[in-house]
Amino acid sequence: MVGLATVFGAGGGTSSYAEIEEADVVVLWGSNARNAHPIFFQHVLKAVRRGARLYVVDPRRSETAQWADLWLGNHVGTDIALSHTIAREIIHAGLANTDFIGRATTGFDEYLATVEEWTLERGEAVTGVPADAIRELAHAYATADRAQLCWTLGITEHHNGVDNVLALINLALLCGHVGRHGAGLNPLRGQNNVQGGGDMGAIPNRLAGFQDILDPDVRERFGSAWGVTIQDRYGWHLTQMFEAMERGDLRAVYVIGENPAQSEADKEHTVELLRGLDHLVVQDIFLTRTAELADVVLPGSASWCESEGTVTNSERRVQRTRKALDPPDGARDDIQIILDVCRRLGHDWQYGDTPRDVAEAVWDEVRSLSPMHAGMSYARLEELNGIQWPCPHDDRLEPSYLHGRLWADDPAERGRLAPFSPVVDDPPVEGLSEAFPLRLTTGRRLDSYNTGVQSGGFSNPLRHGESIDVSPEDAARLGVVDDEWVRVTSPRGALTAPVRIDPVLRPGLVFMTFHFPEQVDTNVLTIDATDPKSGTAEFKAAAVRIEKLDV
Amino acid sequence: MTTIDPAAAVRPGTPVAPPKHLVELTVDGETVRVAEGTTVLQACRSAGHDDIPTLCYGDTLTPKNACRVCMVEVEGSRTLVPSCSRTVDAGMVVRTDTERVRHSRRMVLEFLGSSTDLSVAANVGRWNEEYGVDTERYGSERATKAQPVVRDNELYVRDYEKCILCYKCVDACGSQWQNTFAIAVAGRGFDARIAAEYDAELPDSACVYCGNCIAVCPTGALMFTTEHDMRAAGNWDESRQTQTDTICPYCGVGCQLTLHVQDASIVKVTSPSDHSVTHGNLCIKGRFGFQHVQNRD
Repeated sequence: MVGLATVFGAGGGTSSYAEIEEADVVVLWGSNARNAHPIFFQHVLKAVRRGARLYVVDPRRSETAQWADLWLGNHVGTDIALSHTIAREIIHAGLANTDFIGRATTGFDEYLATVEEWTLERGEAVTGVPADAIRELAHAYATADRAQLCWTLGITEHHNGVDNVLALINLALLCGHVGRHGAGLNPLRGQNNVQGGGDMGAIPNRLAGFQDILDPDVRERFGSAWGVTIQDRYGWHLTQMFEAMERGDLRAVYVIGENPAQSEADKEHTVELLRGLDHLVVQDIFLTRTAELADVVLPGSASWCESEGTVTNSERRVQRTRKALDPPDGARDDIQIILDVCRRLGHDWQYGDTPRDVAEAVWDEVRSLSPMHAGMSYARLEELNGIQWPCPHDDRLEPSYLHGRLWADDPAERGRLAPFSPVVDDPPVEGLSEAFPLRLTTGRRLDSYNTGVQSGGFSNPLRHGESIDVSPEDAARLGVVDDEWVRVTSPRGALTAPVRIDPVLRPGLVFMTFHFPEQVDTNVLTIDATDPKSGTAEFKAAAVRIEKLDV
Repeated sequence: MTTIDPAAAVRPGTPVAPPKHLVELTVDGETVRVAEGTTVLQACRSAGHDDIPTLCYGDTLTPKNACRVCMVEVEGSRTLVPSCSRTVDAGMVVRTDTERVRHSRRMVLEFLGSSTDLSVAANVGRWNEEYGVDTERYGSERATKAQPVVRDNELYVRDYEKCILCYKCVDACGSQWQNTFAIAVAGRGFDARIAAEYDAELPDSACVYCGNCIAVCPTGALMFTTEHDMRAAGNWDESRQTQTDTICPYCGVGCQLTLHVQDASIVKVTSPSDHSVTHGNLCIKGRFGFQHVQNRD
């Protein structure tokens, strides 16, 4: 979100799912969409069935990669190196879209200087991807009429995740694959309504509609609507909050619908910080491990089926969620809980009587303050099965892709040009060593989700619990077999887990999920090195060793 | 009224769909104009004939022409025509309710109903009355392939006594949507049957339990375990059910869910087949991952 907002001024994917189906080339980078975003991947498969070429960049030969025309299995944390190598090849082959670069971008010369050292040979040496494969992807992407570049947490969950995103955006700028129907840049949000949280201003620097909190006009508008004075400085993102806890500057925390005691990297340290607070409030639908640490627990309702509201998906579609069930006894609608807290704090805001009336009134307030949501009445959202932002007008829809302005002939219409980002290759914080020779990366499995709070509620034949997945080569070298329990140790901690031999892994690469923290607490191992720009932790790259247990 | 920004049409790269010619035809004496390429079924429905029976037809699937219950009469055609797959021609004269059509539908419904259990297939009871279907008239020796319900996982059951071999599950699991290829037709002739990968146990197959086969099954041969067990216990009552559209709580794709709720419990999850995100499809989490809001102990 930060990367796209930096370059284009709007933190959202630039295309629509339906446009993916019309692409000639689809690149999925750091995304196992087949398992992590299965219904999105059906749109990709429509494109593949139409004859589009699919390229998958992923250290693992995932189920997604198995659908690809070409799999580029790079070493973990070499995405910028790979992107720069692709860029240099495109430029040297004369395939860069010089018209678009001249018209719509800035900073090309500096970018050119940055990528110049990334020859195919160097790229191959650093990324582990054969030069021929890099060349093929470069030429396919550059010569496609409509190319889509999509990514997921494999790009963002690094200490330099924002730079990774910027490196991918550079490729689209280089080839003019943005701002046109069918060509675009699409981050697939890992979690329901991550996009909506940002849209609504649940980020430290923006108010609803990505309006900068440092802009006095914006503060004035929101402040007068709410009857408050809005601070003229940015807040903290998650990582900065934990740093502030560490320093003792942050003493009270109100957690809504998160389980940081299990989801954060280096979790023992996280729990220690939460325990050290003066006051911890947790509002959740479950008594999570985080809630167990709280001074006050506010039982909320399941927003997707016990209350009314909206969420925003990965194609910027604002969609209605509706109440189908009553929450359990004692649990309340989250908006009501927040309004009650506000009332105790001296703001007696009235929005209506029924949950639906309240939700709609809150939404209408958003529409009055956020121009990009102004045209999205509840009635229209219902009639159109959701509407993609921006939607400033209530009598028409905008194109399904963003940033068409970059192609305009009139410089005034073109607006702020998109800058290239001369980011530099920066390998994972934790290098491999003799003591920790294996690269641990993490991800999801099809039937499970995050820390398993929700997906743990149903059983199914796909579920086999947590395991440490290793390549057949490493298993043979270590002398371990399927289902054998082993000790996994990182510089931060150790755990035991059963082995699962998985041929999608290459030697040196091992894989785990976070789905079963009660059984195997993966975040004991992960590193809390975070990206200073987004606050996202490097879940994708820790160094570990595996040892047989004493018999 | 909603219109698309006309300026969008002149952006570079915006595809301009070729203009579609309108074709004029006659349905039961009434003149109908539809775009070329429209099927006869769609043309009839657009003219208000919502009563043409269909079983193997699915609005998200390529017509398979398997069940032959949607036949209509087209002037000049020697045989009846499957309306689900035949596209319209200019000047076509279609009759949807002639004696020949009614006789054909009755025979098809009797043959299907005498060899399979259509008791929970949507609309079949109504059509049986409409066309005077008597599945008993072939005697008690009818060819019903009675067989036990297959219960090999917690999420859905397979009751092949209800299967009419319409191939919708095969197509939904295969290249048209899910691309998992866990479902195939095994055997030939009278021995033809829907199977997991020709002859595998479902848990050993490629099945990913998305339930997209359940969503397209017209007869209830593939069914949520919850629905199956409630029907078996006599508790399934659609008149007491509500359907609420909401958004899946898992990943960020934003799949629209229709929650079927009876007695304050989610008993089934579907997705609208005309939704641009899902086209009626879900994954295992969206389809079956709702239990966490119902485990209230």
